[in-house]
Amino acid sequence: MLDKELRSMIGDVKDGRMDRRAFIKRLAVVGLTAPMANQILALGGVAMAQSPNAYPPTKRGGGGPLKLLWWQGPTLLNPHFATGTKDQDGSRLFYEPLASWDANGNLNPILAAEIPSVANGGLAADGKMVTWKIKPGVKWHDGKPLTADDFVFTWAYASDPATAAVSISTYAEMTVEKVDDLTIRLLFKNPTPFWANAFVGAYGCVIPKHLFADYKGSKSREAPANLAPVGTGPYKFVEFKPGDLVRGALNPDYHMPNRPYFDTIDMKGGGDAVSAARAVIQTGEFDFAWNMQVEDDVLLRLEKGGKGKTVYATGGDIEFIAINFTDPNTEVDGERSSMKTKHPILSDPNVRKALALLVDRESVKKAIYGRAGRTTANYLNGPEKFVSKNTSWEFNIEKASKMLDDAGWKVGADGIREKDGKKFKLLYQTSTNGPRQKTQAIVKQACQKAGIEVELKSVVASVFFSSDVANPDTYPKFYADIEEFQIPMTQPDPALHMRRYISANVATKENKWQGQNFPRYVNKDYDAAIAAAETETDPVKRATLYIKCNDLLWQDTVFIPVMHRLKVEAAANNLRPALSGWANETDNIQDWYREA
Amino acid sequence: MSQYVLRRLLIAVPSLLAISLVLFVVLALAPGDPFSELATNPNVPPEVQAALRARFGLDDPIYLRYVHWLNAMLHGDWGFSFVSRMDVDTLILQRLPATLYVIGSAQILALLIAIPVGVYAATKPYSLFDQVANTLAFVGFSLPTFFTGILFILIFSVTLDWLPFVYTTDIKATGIHYVLEMIRQAIMPVAVLGLFQAASMTRFVRSAMLDVIRLDYVTTARAKGLGQAKVIVKHVMRNAMIPVVTLIALQMPAVFGGAIVTEQIFRIPGIGSLLISSILSNDTPVVMAVTFVFACLVVLFNLIADVLYGWLDPRISLR
Repeated sequence: MLDKELRSMIGDVKDGRMDRRAFIKRLAVVGLTAPMANQILALGGVAMAQSPNAYPPTKRGGGGPLKLLWWQGPTLLNPHFATGTKDQDGSRLFYEPLASWDANGNLNPILAAEIPSVANGGLAADGKMVTWKIKPGVKWHDGKPLTADDFVFTWAYASDPATAAVSISTYAEMTVEKVDDLTIRLLFKNPTPFWANAFVGAYGCVIPKHLFADYKGSKSREAPANLAPVGTGPYKFVEFKPGDLVRGALNPDYHMPNRPYFDTIDMKGGGDAVSAARAVIQTGEFDFAWNMQVEDDVLLRLEKGGKGKTVYATGGDIEFIAINFTDPNTEVDGERSSMKTKHPILSDPNVRKALALLVDRESVKKAIYGRAGRTTANYLNGPEKFVSKNTSWEFNIEKASKMLDDAGWKVGADGIREKDGKKFKLLYQTSTNGPRQKTQAIVKQACQKAGIEVELKSVVASVFFSSDVANPDTYPKFYADIEEFQIPMTQPDPALHMRRYISANVATKENKWQGQNFPRYVNKDYDAAIAAAETETDPVKRATLYIKCNDLLWQDTVFIPVMHRLKVEAAANNLRPALSGWANETDNIQDWYREA
Repeated sequence: MSQYVLRRLLIAVPSLLAISLVLFVVLALAPGDPFSELATNPNVPPEVQAALRARFGLDDPIYLRYVHWLNAMLHGDWGFSFVSRMDVDTLILQRLPATLYVIGSAQILALLIAIPVGVYAATKPYSLFDQVANTLAFVGFSLPTFFTGILFILIFSVTLDWLPFVYTTDIKATGIHYVLEMIRQAIMPVAVLGLFQAASMTRFVRSAMLDVIRLDYVTTARAKGLGQAKVIVKHVMRNAMIPVVTLIALQMPAVFGGAIVTEQIFRIPGIGSLLISSILSNDTPVVMAVTFVFACLVVLFNLIADVLYGWLDPRISLR
């Protein structure tokens, strides 16, 4: 659809010449889904549709206990110290942000009185200021009122480097000021199109000033409230045993009507994913289990006549094979995979394209991911408005062989291709993980048929994903030709996700391999598009820029996307969890209920 | 006797120091770091990781870290967990009750089975009872606990739906219901572990008894006209128990240390599962503390075993 036409339609909706539903219908005709249409409207200045209230319980409580099973239990309950989602999930039972993301990528107000928009004056036209109105009458669990001071304090707390909060990058680049007791203002240095980051979602939880004020900065570890949270959430803290148990009880003063439904909430930790699936789906001992990293076959077997089922949430997590643009086998100034080298085989774009043709996504989906994955050619898979329609993938060994022949790689006597006396051999590394080793085997087989010798390597996850500078096997060092893993997309905005691959971010010895551009991809067009997108406040233009970035990654075959992965959870048949692929599992916990 | 104990104690101190040093160095040299999960998170800038490393002293040289650790330990400070930022001793104390309850019950169950069965089998070697007991014992210790654990779960939880297979520390019940529920949820892990231990212990008791039962003094005792029961209990068992005490004493640290596999299968929040999760997340202070406690327990129970030998056979302590 033409940019101009879309724009005039947005204008029509804004001025009331076209109703919302008609707009969504018109877009559906050209293949755009309703959530996408909603997003376009929202970003075009039309207030976001509030999700229809699908919460039937008519009174608070009475739902009995809710038993959650997290096979890795939360180990700490301060959302600003969370290592991993398990801690965010645990903290979120007690602490709350201003808003959270629903399944369609829309903002759902929690502590906010309303979602800021251009129309209500919450969003400044230049993209440098956001005004949030706080819901009046909200109380902390200890009875003290929630005010703008708590938000200003949370910002100061998290952005202080001495606190060493994991949420620091969310808060460091901005200022938060108090307008009145129930209004705060977020001020950005540059136009910030993705304004709904601070105080939203996992890192957005606000902490009480009156309990943390003495523990800002270097004394942050000593705060008693780190272990006994006092929040505003639907459940009040009862008990915490790291890695084992988090327990909460209904908050009788909760600020949303008829919520929460459950009288108590237990989050049990430990064990493994398969037995967690069994405890929910087969025996019904628990109501909900998180992150079912279990092969689909096993889940299907458990689901036969079981007391529960698997549920899915679509986000943007992507499992991919990354290509090394530098030479991992030549050492320059004490550094392998140095920017001063070029990969002897993979620097040829046609060879990379041929390699992409050898990854059989359909088989990987069938054999491994099943319902938990979608095949894709894109690195960026959501939200809908950022997903490119210009790409496609193909599995074709003959075509790949022909491309390699044309590139000068001829099959030698031993069946392996060679060029100028050099053999076509690749080292393919990934973390030790059942599905990944299976994928490796599938890819290796296709490569062998095309005359490529692939050596497989798997590195234990705790090493592969570590930032240990001394270890040669970490993923940013990339001492291999290709490597596979998953990058989770933690926000419904691609800015952070795509920014990784700008040339300034290349992982080198100089930055102790902390740079996140591990394929060592350098493209001026990519850099320029990212720079433009970061300050572009026009949502349509901005989406176009990120789509362009995705297409560049595809054209240059920087990544071979293997699977767009969904979140897989197990839930009792009568439980109605409010899940979103763009949020943590417990991010909308106040809306969970059980059908009678 | 007291001199004997004192001498043993004095040997224990340098061995504990050496053990702690080895543990510390091995842990410090092991790959991975406690903040690895932050490394893949684009929201966490490298500076925060660096600040955390610096704050927790991970960038100091190993010898300095060891001296700090030892110094703190001597002052009763166990350090704090990098992962939960909680004091290590609190963390261990939280986990100890479940471990002691489940693993301790399993150990008692094992003893209750092994000693009578082993003794009785030894008094009637190659009888039908002996052969059945032997066969069962062989089957018992050839089957690993992860196998029997899952088998039990499939039979008693999934198929029959009699027992829960997730162990809960906090049961929402009071009085008699609480006790019953605690027993109910411990049945499977205790049985799995207890039967496994009992199997090997039975074999051990039987062979120790057989060794003694053939000695001349036993025949003499019988010839004097002492009853069978008296001969077995007073003359044979007392001597046969020396190697058995060694075995049991050396297994006691395992009671405190938990059975890692069983704890994982039944989600028992014990020391064993704490150790496993701390190793996986490279939470060095916790791993260090737990393994050091193990070391202390091994040394302590060796000492107790030595003292018990002295009681069972006074000749030992005189040497």
